[in-house]
Amino acid sequence: MIEARGLTKRYGDKLAVDGLTFTVNPGLVTGFLGPNGAGKSTTMRMILGLDSPTSGSVLVNGRPYRSHSAPLREVGALLEARSIHPGRSAYNHLLALARTSGIHRSRVDEVIDAVGLTGAARRRAGKFSLGMGQRLGIATALLGDPRTVILDEPLNGLDTEGIRWVRALLRSLAAEGRTVFVSSHLMNEMALAAQHLIVVGAGRLIADTSVTEFVRLYGRSVVRVRTTEPARLTARLDSPDVEVTADGAGALTVAGLTTDQIGAAAGTAGITLLELTAQPASLEEAFIDLTHDAVEHHPTITAGASS
Amino acid sequence: MTVVRLPAYAAEQHVSQVRVIRSEWTKLRSLPSTIWCLPATVVLVVGVGAGYATLRVARPPTDLSAFDATAISLAGVQLAQFAVGVLGALFVSGEYATGSIRVSLTAVPARLPLLWGKAIALGVATLLSAVPAVLVAFLVGQRILAGRHLNVGLDAPGVARAVLGGALFLTAVGLLGLGLGALLRNTAAGVSALFGLLLGPQLVLGLMPESVSDAAYRYLPAPAGAAVSAVHQDALSLSPWSGLGLLCLYTAVVLGLAGWMLHRRDV
Repeated sequence: MIEARGLTKRYGDKLAVDGLTFTVNPGLVTGFLGPNGAGKSTTMRMILGLDSPTSGSVLVNGRPYRSHSAPLREVGALLEARSIHPGRSAYNHLLALARTSGIHRSRVDEVIDAVGLTGAARRRAGKFSLGMGQRLGIATALLGDPRTVILDEPLNGLDTEGIRWVRALLRSLAAEGRTVFVSSHLMNEMALAAQHLIVVGAGRLIADTSVTEFVRLYGRSVVRVRTTEPARLTARLDSPDVEVTADGAGALTVAGLTTDQIGAAAGTAGITLLELTAQPASLEEAFIDLTHDAVEHHPTITAGASS
Repeated sequence: MTVVRLPAYAAEQHVSQVRVIRSEWTKLRSLPSTIWCLPATVVLVVGVGAGYATLRVARPPTDLSAFDATAISLAGVQLAQFAVGVLGALFVSGEYATGSIRVSLTAVPARLPLLWGKAIALGVATLLSAVPAVLVAFLVGQRILAGRHLNVGLDAPGVARAVLGGALFLTAVGLLGLGLGALLRNTAAGVSALFGLLLGPQLVLGLMPESVSDAAYRYLPAPAGAAVSAVHQDALSLSPWSGLGLLCLYTAVVLGLAGWMLHRRDV
């Protein structure tokens, strides 16, 4: 569990993190979402005791991180991919880390196998691709079988298969009862990977809510319709909760109704439909609007904190 | 899609100073670019000593009373100090350059054990390379000087102290480099500061009146440390052990400052 209370970090006259209060609970994947420069990495460094807060505090599993005597058992972290000397092999990097806590050599082999770096582990890490660097970072985070996992942008540089792999990993770590805290600047990725969201913009908390709630609030999906009679269908669908816009080329975009409802309505009226397509909700846009607004007006949404 | 299969790991994993020393030793030996500094030091100490001895055999001294056969065979130490010091600076500044210092400090959040672990691993590794280096350099050098009967034995007064003192001097310089690298967190700055500290004060003193420079010279880091290797003491130097002690004091101050900064500053 991670508990931040009024966490603030000031660099000169710039507030990088501005009074963040949140709790990250075990058993869930919690996404830490915000545009680049929103203070995510600074917050993660404060959680790990690398940066000291200007004010406020943060506890990991009940204590400040720097006072844990078996830190790798408490927290596994991936901060930046390729935080490794390019001349050293992945194996020796992990072995040096394992030695600080008396972790056995065989565990190093286990985590290397688990992330699929077996063939590359003895080579100089300087030759690693970004994706391999991320895998090594994840191996680093899993080394001590930690109760809490903190990953800063673990999806960066991964291909589609890699992204699905990390998503499955995050879910399984959370299912084992661990606290999983993952940052990203990509809304759609987080909506798929996380169950809970903490959204920040310009160092401030914007939302602390479940993904389901977030999608219900912001993920308004639309339906694209093409018909021989756009004007009659528009009139037919008209209602206060429904918004119909025509794109001029004969297609309509309908918000507020499902494809089933539109199809049934057209059938009842005897209107011929040429196309009826559900368009995925653009959470990304909602997220950008939200963080942009928050920077200017700073409201905070807290809803349905599930745990 | 690959599913991650990772067994649980239930064993105890408390951080201790001994474990951190082992970790730092693993780091030191697993970087080809830095670990090669140590054999290079050995080659430098032996090679330069042999070369200088050969030169002195070709051009024998006129005044035998001022001739220090031990110092001639150990001439390489004066060059090797830079190799060892650079290794020390790199050993820590490299972690800042690559960002791996954050990984290291996540594993050792108390921070200070990391610096002491580095100091002990580096100190032991340097000493273990430097002792054979000075011994071989001395023996090879004396063998060459024996051609003109200019040699001394290891059992002559002050000679064993001078030879082994050379190894201690190199170890202290390595730790001084480590401290500067940790204090300045940057390879270029650390190496520059090391060279500046070992060479700079002498240059500044050279511009001062002789009365001032003669009085102050013995307290400078490099001349103080070199005193331990002098068999024939000159009037301007400190006694061997006071000189080495003073260099160790400078090193301890730098390491202490580095530890204080490491404890306080963000990384």
